[in-house]
Amino acid sequence: MIWAVALALGTVIAAGTYLLLSRDLLRCLIGLVLFGNGINLLLFTGGRLTSSLPPIIDAGETALAVTANPLPQALVLTAIVISFALMCFSLVLALQIIQLAGSDDVARLRASEPPSQDGIKPALEEPS
Amino acid sequence: MLVLLPLLVPLATALLCALTWTTPRLQRAISAGGAMLLLLCSLALLRQVMAQGAITLVAGNWPLPFGIAFTADHLGTALVLIAALMLSITLLWQESAADAAPVSPALHPLLHGLVAGSTAAFLTADLFNLYVWFEVSLICALGLLVQGGALRQLDAALKYFVLNLVGTLLLLAAVALLHAATGQLNFTALGEAASRLDHSVKLPLLGLLMLAFLIKAAAFPFFAWLPVSYHTLPAPVLALFSALLTKIGICALLRTIAGVFFPAPELLFTLLGWIALLSMVTGVLGAAYHWDMRRILAFHTISQIGYILLAIALSSRAGNAAAIFFALHHSMVKAGLFLVAGLIYRQTGHYDLRRIGGLHAAKPGLAVLFLLLALSLVGIPPLSGFWGKYLIISESFNQGEYLWAGSALFVGFLTLYSMAKIWLEAFWKPHPDRAWRLPTGVRTAPAYAGLCLLVLVTLWVGLVPERLLLFVSDAAATLQGGVP
Repeated sequence: MIWAVALALGTVIAAGTYLLLSRDLLRCLIGLVLFGNGINLLLFTGGRLTSSLPPIIDAGETALAVTANPLPQALVLTAIVISFALMCFSLVLALQIIQLAGSDDVARLRASEPPSQDGIKPALEEPS
Repeated sequence: MLVLLPLLVPLATALLCALTWTTPRLQRAISAGGAMLLLLCSLALLRQVMAQGAITLVAGNWPLPFGIAFTADHLGTALVLIAALMLSITLLWQESAADAAPVSPALHPLLHGLVAGSTAAFLTADLFNLYVWFEVSLICALGLLVQGGALRQLDAALKYFVLNLVGTLLLLAAVALLHAATGQLNFTALGEAASRLDHSVKLPLLGLLMLAFLIKAAAFPFFAWLPVSYHTLPAPVLALFSALLTKIGICALLRTIAGVFFPAPELLFTLLGWIALLSMVTGVLGAAYHWDMRRILAFHTISQIGYILLAIALSSRAGNAAAIFFALHHSMVKAGLFLVAGLIYRQTGHYDLRRIGGLHAAKPGLAVLFLLLALSLVGIPPLSGFWGKYLIISESFNQGEYLWAGSALFVGFLTLYSMAKIWLEAFWKPHPDRAWRLPTGVRTAPAYAGLCLLVLVTLWVGLVPERLLLFVSDAAATLQGGVP
């Protein structure tokens, strides 16, 4: 079981990294989502894949029997919420950039660091 | 309770500012009040920490490994004080007309949110909590980056976002693996559990953790997010960014690799030393190429981060003390230089050195302020930068790292070159446009007040360094669980 999960996890992170390196802006962001979800899975499996019993102490008992580890579940929930919020922000940002720049090619996106005009000296700052 | 106040006050202020977004005057008043309160809280906390050592607060009074802990030690408290001071200066600057950030309802909540995320990251004693506060400061920084809405700002925000998010995701991966290997997240418990780990497990885990923090600290070769984004920000926000963002990474690195996981594998420190050397050299060479003042200073940040990393790489108590001293000095002086650039822009209309000049005659006071800050950055006695560099280089010589020490000295010369370039171009040469006159009737008094405060601090630290030297040596001692 753990090997199957490890393999799946590795595949997700590899796919995410591949897409992240793409020149297409939206693919790049999808890659970031996949990469993040792969890490979330890692956090989840880090708490061991064992029993499916919920971590609840029965009446009369003082300690947990063999149960699932609740802490990674709480951690991964936090991480999912954060990554979801960041993803919404980045999609709006990407749409705005594509509309303003008229292109979704990351390599042509040089607005904040304009290329040199004569090939040697840095570009002159636009008078504002 | 005092431990939590530096994070609760800006969080509450951010919330109140967000609720009062329809009435800008009320929002500004709340924002100023919150910043003052934060400054008072951090001063009180510093007083208490200096009197009785590190203070720990555990949520719900749970016994050690279970509760979420916050610890105010010397390092964290000093950085919190700098965050509070820089926030006040930023808000003061907003009252002037010197490249202030455009007024928007989101500005004040985001500024306070960024400070809350940073102060919490400085104070937390829990690895997962550290990740959460990294993300809080990341979200607020992104909000501040896109404030202008122009394509160059959005482009900068995108690049900042992608590179920093990869950094925090790697941090999350390191947290997950460390938790899987030790079952702990609290720094104290984690340190104990990690000391029992096998070397072959410890090395990759700590390496991953270090990688994540190096991305956050803008070290070579992960610094691309910094020079692409800093120059798109208005001057006061830029000063706050330069004082806080890279320091979060540096503080986390000091706290974990040099503190909690002490003694970390030797290989990591050797690697860190070479990364530091390359950061120093590439940063200063990048600065030598550029003509936009903000971009010159942004590249210098990378070079100065190299100095701090070099001090950490020496992995001794004196090295850590030097790193903390340099980080505190750099937060103030670099922020001050960005503010000077903002004032130069106000007087001449440009940040590009090729389009400006003639300020030494028109604004001699500004020239003196710039010189003091620039010479402090270069490391000329008797300014604060001299002591920072002296501590780092003497400790490198003590450990027989002659190459590292020599490079640090050499990079100092190139820093002098960049500062001389700004001096010659902006102040000394006549203005290229003969019709140029100083703008009149511009409100710059609040801006000068904030800037003078920073210059006074660097002068004070430079002339009377004993107290701060004692303080950072206490900070380095408490870092590894010792008593000052």
